[in-house]
Amino acid sequence: MRRGDKGSAARENVAAPAPSAARRSATFLAAAVAVALLAFLAARSVGNDYVFFAGYVVLQYIVLATAWNILGGYTGYVNFGTAAFFAAGAYSSVVLHKLVPLPLVVHILVGGLVSGLIGLGVGYLTLRLRGVFFSIATLAMAVVMQTLITNWEFVGGSRGTYVIRPAAVPIVGDYIQYLFLVMALLAALAVWVARQIEGSRLGYGFATIRDDEVAAEASGVPTLRLKLIATTVSGAFMGMAGAPYPYYVTYLDPASGFNLAYAVNSIAMPLVGGTATWAGPVIGAILLGSIQQLATVTISSALNLLLVGVILVGFVIAAPNGIMGLLQKRRP
Amino acid sequence: MDIPLDLLVNGIVSGLLLGGFYAAVTVGVSISFGMVDIVNIAHPAFIILGSYIVYILGVEFGIDPILAGIAMLPVFYALGAAIYQIYYVSFEKRGRESLRGLAFFFGLLFITEVSLVLVFGVDYRMVPAAYVGPTIRLGFVDLPLRLLVPCVVALTAIGLLHLFLSRSFIGRAILAVSQDEFALRLMGASPVATKRVAFAISLATAALAGACLIIIQPVEPSTGRDYIGRVFAICVMGGMGSFGGMVIAAMLLGIVESLTATFYGPSWAPAVAFTFLLLTLAVRPAGLFGR
Repeated sequence: MRRGDKGSAARENVAAPAPSAARRSATFLAAAVAVALLAFLAARSVGNDYVFFAGYVVLQYIVLATAWNILGGYTGYVNFGTAAFFAAGAYSSVVLHKLVPLPLVVHILVGGLVSGLIGLGVGYLTLRLRGVFFSIATLAMAVVMQTLITNWEFVGGSRGTYVIRPAAVPIVGDYIQYLFLVMALLAALAVWVARQIEGSRLGYGFATIRDDEVAAEASGVPTLRLKLIATTVSGAFMGMAGAPYPYYVTYLDPASGFNLAYAVNSIAMPLVGGTATWAGPVIGAILLGSIQQLATVTISSALNLLLVGVILVGFVIAAPNGIMGLLQKRRP
Repeated sequence: MDIPLDLLVNGIVSGLLLGGFYAAVTVGVSISFGMVDIVNIAHPAFIILGSYIVYILGVEFGIDPILAGIAMLPVFYALGAAIYQIYYVSFEKRGRESLRGLAFFFGLLFITEVSLVLVFGVDYRMVPAAYVGPTIRLGFVDLPLRLLVPCVVALTAIGLLHLFLSRSFIGRAILAVSQDEFALRLMGASPVATKRVAFAISLATAALAGACLIIIQPVEPSTGRDYIGRVFAICVMGGMGSFGGMVIAAMLLGIVESLTATFYGPSWAPAVAFTFLLLTLAVRPAGLFGR
C-alpha cells in the first residue's frame, strides 16, 4: 500500500526558529478571530436574519470539515461517523438543557468532552488493527448511537424534543446572531488548532502515519498514541460543533441529529478542498456549504445531497488532491 | 427471570432462519472485502437497489421475487465489473485505495440511497408473493415461510458459490488472489482480471440478497444502513474470506438479535451487531474461526 501522495505539503513548511513560529501562530489566531468577527459584522450589515441561519450552517461545516481533516487528512484514517460525534454533542447539550441549563460555552465544552471520549474509546478498540476496521466501526457506530437515542425517552426518543432558546443575549442581541458569532469563533479556533498541528511535532508524526505507518512504527513513532490523540481532538471538535445545534433548530429528533448529510459533507468538503493543509477543508466547506444553502432554497434538498455525492465521487476520481492540489499544480 | 420455553425455542429458530438470510447479505462482502481486499461499504446500498428492482418487476409484471432476483444476476454482475474497472483505474493502479477508495464507495452508497429516495420516496415497499404470509407450525415451533424461503435460497446460493470457488479454474484463481496476489502474477495470471470477476460476482449476490430482503421485511431507501454493521460484523467474526465461518457467525448473530428482539423489544436489535463487531475487533480480530 503506497501512501506517499501527500507528503510534500508537510515537508514544505519546515518551521523557522521557535520564537518567530510562536509569534506567527499568535498572529494567525488573531487573524482568524478577526475574520470571524468581520463575518459577523458583515452578516449584521445585511440586516436579514436569514443570513445568520444560512451562515451558521456554513460555519458549522467549517468546524466539522476541519475536525474530520485532523484525523482523515493528516493521519489518513477515514471517519464515517461524523453524524454520531455531532449528535453526541447535540444530545449532551439537550441533556444539560433539561437538567441544568448552563451558558452555551459550557454546553460546547461538555459536548466536546463527550464526543472526544467517544473518539478515544472507538479509537482504542479499533485503531490497533488495519485502518479500514476503524472506518467500518465508525460507520456502524452511527447506526447504533441512533438506536440508543431513539430508545432513550429522557431526550425525547424517536419523537424528538423541543429546546426553547432564549430570545436574546445581552450586548450581541438576537439569539441567532449570538449562535452565529459563537460558531464563527469556534471555526476560527478549529482552524487555528489544525494549523498548529500541521507545523508541530505532532503534525509530522501524523504525516509519518499517513505516508507509511509500518516505517513510522519501526522508527519509534508512537503511532497508537498519536492516532488516539487525532481521533480525540477530531471527535471533540465535532461534538463542539453539535452542542449549540439544539438551540439552532429548537426541535431535535434522531433523524435530524444523525443525518447522513453530516458524514458525507464532512468527508466531501476536505477532499474537494484538499486534505494536506488547513485551508483545504475551509475552502471546501465554504464552497460546498454555500452551494447547498443556495440549492436548498432553489432546488430540493434531496437533489442537493445527490449533488454533493456526485461532486465527492468526481473529485476523488479526477482531482485526488482537491482544489488546493489543482492550484498548486498551476504554480511553476 | 423466568423464560418461557416456547418463546426461547421460537426465538432461536427464527434466529437461525434470519442468520441464513444474513449470510446471503454478507457473502458479497465476504468475497470483495474478505478475499480480494476491496472495502465495498456500498454493498448494502446495492442490496437495497436490488430490492427495488425486484419490487418493480413484482408489482408491474407479477414476477416472483426470487426469480426476479435470479434474472437480475447478470445485470448486477455487469454493474460490478464496471465499478471495479473505475475503482482499479482511479485508485488501485495509483496506490491510493486507502483513503480515497473508501470515500469513493461511501459516495456510491450515498448516491444510490439518495437516488432511490428521489425516485421512490421514503415510503416502505413490499412485494406480493404466495409465501409472504403463511406459517408452517410444528408443535409450538413456528416456521414463517417469509423467513424459511430466503434462508433456503441463501444457503443454496452460498453452497453453489462455494463449489464454484473450490472447483472451477477462475474460482481457484480468486482464492489464489486472496492468498498471494504477487505469486499469482508470477504464475502469469492477471490479478486485475481475476479481481474484476470476483468483485462482479460479489455485486451479483446483491441482486439475490435484495430479493430475499424484500420478502423478509418492507424496504425503504435507508434500510441498507442497518445492514452495514451486521454485514461487517459477520464478515470479520467469520474470519473474513471463509464461507463456513461466515454462515456460523451469521446464525449466531441472527439468534442473539432474535432473542434480543423477543425479550427486550425489536428497537434494540441493531445495537447487537455493533456490539458483536466491537467485541470481535477488540478481542479476536482474526475472527472466531480465523486461521
